[in-house]
Parts: sequence; structure tokens; C-alpha cells
Amino acid sequence: MSNGSLWEYANPVKFMRLSGRVLPWVAGLAAVLVGGGLFWGFFLTPDDFRQGSTVKIIFLHVPAALVAINAWIMMLVASLVWLIRRHHVAALAAKAAAPVGAVMTVIGLFTGAVWGQPMWGTWWAWDPRLTAFLILFLFYLGYIALWSAIEDADTAADLTAVLCLVGTVFAVLSRYAAFFWSQGLHQGASLSLAPGTRMDWAYKAPLYACMAGFTLLFVALLLAGTRTEIRARRYRALMVRERMYA
Amino acid sequence: MMPDLGAYAVEVTLAWLGSLALLGGLIAWVWLRGRRVRAELDQIENRSERKRHG
Repeated sequence: MSNGSLWEYANPVKFMRLSGRVLPWVAGLAAVLVGGGLFWGFFLTPDDFRQGSTVKIIFLHVPAALVAINAWIMMLVASLVWLIRRHHVAALAAKAAAPVGAVMTVIGLFTGAVWGQPMWGTWWAWDPRLTAFLILFLFYLGYIALWSAIEDADTAADLTAVLCLVGTVFAVLSRYAAFFWSQGLHQGASLSLAPGTRMDWAYKAPLYACMAGFTLLFVALLLAGTRTEIRARRYRALMVRERMYA
Repeated sequence: MMPDLGAYAVEVTLAWLGSLALLGGLIAWVWLRGRRVRAELDQIENRSERKRHG
């Protein structure tokens, strides 16, 4: 019986039931928004008077960077839930989020470098924001490697959760380094709620569609990945039982 | 249909094709791994079910 609490979804059976129902809708909506947003951004936006057609790279770069940073924040929350309440689904969700976040970080770094070459005259600069983002990527790799390196699942969840807490510094720096140091090549926020908008709606509208689409894509991949991790854990438990009674 | 990318055609095409390849690869990896794990789990569950019933 449902008690209406969020914590009931820490039960793998309940999580599988709910996520199985929700996943097709989230994946479908993500496909529409990512497909539509990227089509709009690539085919229907004008060139920028200064950046020329390289402005079209923003529709990949900004949503990917947004997801890369927020995926780590989501992993932080899931890790804290694991450390404090020992809910296995939370630990497995954090594990499932890491490859998605890592690929989004690569897309952010790659598109940033390809845009930076013609606009800044360099593929890379040791700018605070860029460097923090690169270190965040290394933390993603370390996090994934640590999960694979430790056989005992609970120990792996404990150690990766601690690594996640440490790496959060770089996730935050990736977002706010430009404010903290006010130096480096990378500009501040392209989108802001503050008055005096910096971006025309011709770019902003498709960019919002891409950001929503990438976020939903992350949620869809997270749900699918967590379902796989839950099944993989059950598979290992059944294998152990089978060997014991063989 | 294809927009004129002007002087930055190489950079824009490279960024888009590279990113779409990465996104496609990620989606394919998550989907294929999910399918493989599900098939393995079905197999072992069927086996243990058979054992339980004789």
C-alpha cells in the first residue's frame, strides 16, 4: 500500500514498476524536444553578426554542459541518500548517471574546443571554468573506474559516494568559476534572468528546447540505466545462489 | 535545405557530427546493455523457476 512518501520508491520493485510506466513517455518527449530543438537550431536560426555560423554550436554545447554539471549534482544527492539512508536504488541511480554525465562532459569539451578555435584563436586555454570542467570529466572517469574496481557493491557505493562529494567542488566551479575569478576566456552565463538580456529570442527559443530535451534525455537514460543496474544486481544475486546450491 | 555555413562550415559540421555520434553511441550503449542484462536475467530466472518445480 502506498504511503505517499518519496522514499517508497527506494524499494526496487516499486521503482521498477513506476519507471517502467514513465520511461516511454520521458523518452518520447526527450526525442521530440531534442530532435525538434536541434533541427530548429541548425536549420532555422540565422548566423550571428560576430560569430557567423559557429553560433549553431551553442545548441549542443550549452545543453550538454548543463546536463554534465547537473548530472553530478544529482549524483551528489543520490550519494547522500545512500550514505545517510542506505537506499540501494539511490546508489545505483548515481552509478547509472555517471556514464551519461561523462559523455555530456566530453560533448561540452569537444564543442567548446571546436568553437574556441575560430572564435578565441585556440582550441584550449587553462581558463578557470574550462579547467574545472576538465577536472570534472576526470572525476567522472575516476568515479566510473572506482565502481568497476571494487567487487563488493556496498563498499563500491560507499567509496564512490565519498569521491562524488569531493568532485562536487569541480561541478560547482565549472558553473561559477567565471563569477569567482572574473578572469579567463570563457564568458559568463549566456542565459540570465537578470534584466538586460544578452541573447535574441531567435536563438533563445531553440536553445531552451534543446536544454529541456537534453535534460529529459538525461532523465530517460538515467531511468533506463538504473533499471539495468537493478536487474544486474538481481542477476548477480541469483548467480551466487545458484552456485551455492549447485 | 542545408544552411550555408560560410567560412566556418568545417568547424560547425565537425562539432555537430561529433556530438551527434557521441549522443547516438551513448543511447545505443544504454539500450543494448539494458537488453543484454534483461536477457541474462530472464535466462537465470527461468532456470531457477524450472529447478524449483522439479
